[in-house]
Amino acid sequence: MTQLPDPVGNEVEEEGEERDMADAVEGRGAAGAAGAADSGSGGAAAGAGLPGARERWVRTGGIELCVAELGDPERPTVLLVHGYPDSKEVWSDVAQRLADRFHVVLYDVRGCGRSTAPQPLRGGFTLEKLTDDFLAVADAVSPDRPVHLVGHDWGSVQSWEFATVRRTEGRIASFTSMSGPSLDHFGHWIKGRLKRPTPRRATQLLSQSLKSWYVYALHTPALPEMAWKGPLGKRWPALMERFEKVPGGDYPTSSLPRDAAHGAWLYRDNIRSRLGHPRDDAFAHCPVQLITPTGDAFLSERLYDDLDRWAPRLTRRTLPAKHWVPRTRPDQLAAWITEFVTTQEEGDPAKAVAASGAYADRFGGQLVLVTGAASGIGRATAFAFAEAGARIIAVDRDAEGAARTADMARLIGAPQAYSEVVDVADAAAMEKLADHVEAAYGTVDVLVNNAGIGLSGSFMETSVEDWQKVLDVNLWGVIHGCRTFGKRMAERGQGGHIVNTASAAAFQPSRALPAYSTSKAAVLMLSECLRAELAGQGIGVSAICPGLVNTNITATSRFTGVSADEEKARQTKATRVYGLRNYPPEKVADAVLRAVVRNQAVVPVTPEARGARFLSRVAPRALRAVARIEPPL
Amino acid sequence: MPAVTSQNPAAAGAFGARLRGFREVQRLAYECAEAVAAQLKPGVTEREAARMQRVWLRGRGVRDWFHLPFAWFGDRTAFAGFRVPLQFFPTGRRLEPGMPFILDMAPVHRGFTADIGYSGCLGLNPVHDRLMADLEAHRELILREVRERRPLREIYEDVERLMVRQGHTNRHRAYPFGVIAHKVDRVRERRWAPTVFGFGTQSLKGLASDALHGHREGWSPLWSPYSFSDHPPQPGLWAVEPHLGFRGTGAKFEEILVVTDSKDPQESAFWLDDDLPHVRRWQEEKAG
Repeated sequence: MTQLPDPVGNEVEEEGEERDMADAVEGRGAAGAAGAADSGSGGAAAGAGLPGARERWVRTGGIELCVAELGDPERPTVLLVHGYPDSKEVWSDVAQRLADRFHVVLYDVRGCGRSTAPQPLRGGFTLEKLTDDFLAVADAVSPDRPVHLVGHDWGSVQSWEFATVRRTEGRIASFTSMSGPSLDHFGHWIKGRLKRPTPRRATQLLSQSLKSWYVYALHTPALPEMAWKGPLGKRWPALMERFEKVPGGDYPTSSLPRDAAHGAWLYRDNIRSRLGHPRDDAFAHCPVQLITPTGDAFLSERLYDDLDRWAPRLTRRTLPAKHWVPRTRPDQLAAWITEFVTTQEEGDPAKAVAASGAYADRFGGQLVLVTGAASGIGRATAFAFAEAGARIIAVDRDAEGAARTADMARLIGAPQAYSEVVDVADAAAMEKLADHVEAAYGTVDVLVNNAGIGLSGSFMETSVEDWQKVLDVNLWGVIHGCRTFGKRMAERGQGGHIVNTASAAAFQPSRALPAYSTSKAAVLMLSECLRAELAGQGIGVSAICPGLVNTNITATSRFTGVSADEEKARQTKATRVYGLRNYPPEKVADAVLRAVVRNQAVVPVTPEARGARFLSRVAPRALRAVARIEPPL
Repeated sequence: MPAVTSQNPAAAGAFGARLRGFREVQRLAYECAEAVAAQLKPGVTEREAARMQRVWLRGRGVRDWFHLPFAWFGDRTAFAGFRVPLQFFPTGRRLEPGMPFILDMAPVHRGFTADIGYSGCLGLNPVHDRLMADLEAHRELILREVRERRPLREIYEDVERLMVRQGHTNRHRAYPFGVIAHKVDRVRERRWAPTVFGFGTQSLKGLASDALHGHREGWSPLWSPYSFSDHPPQPGLWAVEPHLGFRGTGAKFEEILVVTDSKDPQESAFWLDDDLPHVRRWQEEKAG
């Protein structure tokens, strides 16, 4: 063991990864006497989630911090700070994904994991002392260059302190915050709402105060410690899996009861003092990326409404997930952290996010695949996602149109856009496409099964071939899409969304469109069933039901039972009628994005579709009467 | 100068002189557009840009207008959210770096009318560049189909189809009657030339009289998507203005297409002038 004095006078011990646990516990010596007694169990599993990590110890203020490093130390340093009740292993999945691009550093916050606890505990967890710890670690792992800070939960709370106090200025290159507000900002947020409690602001305050029930509980003496070391600690992994959908496995580590018991002092030492007397100068001195999980049971999204005031260089991201995003959404976090850190490192404002659309916070960098993307609703949907900064895969039979869509998508904000030529009705081709997409671009985050063809003509005049053709594209195309891409999405287990384009014809019967309506009704029911099946895996399924939309589906529709000339004439006539109606596909695309953001099940678009949907529920006989009318074409 | 009316060679000279007059005023208008575009800088409002065009043209002898100059900035180039015609008039919208703009003016000079549209952008805007490049195909398509004597309504639909295939939306549909073009003609010079809602009364009178004649003979001076445009191109001068829109960015050109009753396809229709900024731009792109 070598003792190296580090630049701020803290002592750093370099260790090889082969060093075993018994050694580590012994090696910590007297400073960790209290911790050592507790951590016998914690030690056994610690580090299990971080294969290939190099460990070292950083001594600061009478504490020894366990620091793990991955990746090439020459690269920019990304420092991950864990929350409560966690240890650094909460980051294991994210750290592995970042390690090939960055020098990734994790440490156990004092009193957690394999770091030792302060003696006495009371007063040992103030934000000032946590800032000392951060500076010691940062100076040890990256003495010459500022670090990119990433914090989750209490890791984010303390990182806000690091990012807003003067003495860390120049040591932080960027800060990514998730699920942890600055206590100072939080204090001002509460004060503002108490001072001027309009109904809306009072509701916000009440809602957050209900979500904070555990904070009050942690302020009771001794009881939380007893609970954590007793039944709660034992049941915690099962509770996390049940309520927070955190996948089981090697996390939480066995040091959890001790981490959680010590961590209670984070609340007791800081909450009352900071919320009561928030600092007025808590302005971030580095660029901040805020990742807000929308399903967080402990923190309201409204907490960050005024954040632009405190962090002038703010990038917002939202993620449909629960509180423990480092466990449940590692791919998305790694992608956003990589993009943000890279942008700061390159320092080229021209390369910063150009996406201007609404929902850019939600879809930035996500992979979106749209079928039938060469025209109409598919193309407009691809463009809308492109404007929100998503990566686009435009799939269509029409190679030229798909390529054009991808090309234009790049112009308006898609960081990458590709076109693929596939017939969605071809099962083997779809399977091949799914393999290719997975290998070349990654797992699809949003799948839009939009490809469809029109077919008009009475049932008796519709041939078997016509039926097969329309069902192959409209229904089987959706089935193949959900089977291939949906399966991979579910296997990844990190959420996603599937949008299927049905039609108002799915609930409006009509004598003119029997085959088309049948196929679309099937798509609607398929979507509803799939939604039920995938709900538990964080994957939403939406069915979009547009009415008459001005696209070229009318020009390519087949009209059965009439001559070729008559068919052409009817196509022209239908196109003119749809043109006069002139409902733009862009509005359907907006509805698609909204449906994904809000996770809506069935979305009728256009007034006639909403009317038909309403009537189908309250007055189906009226719809049946409408169905008997022969359309004047 | 091609001889335009094979039936009456004596009239060719007079017709040629007339075309020269129209060509001169069209060039003057494009000169104005380029001069004003060169002066645009961040912070200029649409009203100021419109006034700059008006002052420039008045200084060069323009006294009457087919319509007063328009200027559209930013997403107003794509007529985003336009519901009533009053929204076409210049507003206090300020130009910002990277913003597209369109200058549209129709001066009457010595009795000859021009109606031009000039699209540009302040600095770099790749979407605008793409729109400008895509307009070239429309100029070719319109000329080809007019020479084929296709009904105007069908040509209109073909242009719209091409726009949709290119991924754009048809924004000339937002103009009054959704026109892609309208007829222009000589205007009598008066000492007092009032305008109504931005349109010169003399020109409106000409248009109304054309509409009346056309109504009797089965044609219309407005080239629209509606059934009153379901007729072959009527000889005369048409100010053609295809207008593309793509998600908050719009681009157009507007220039005069000469339609004659000649049997020779080359002479039956031609663009009044091929030496215009947008045409030069396409040629430079091809050369480069």
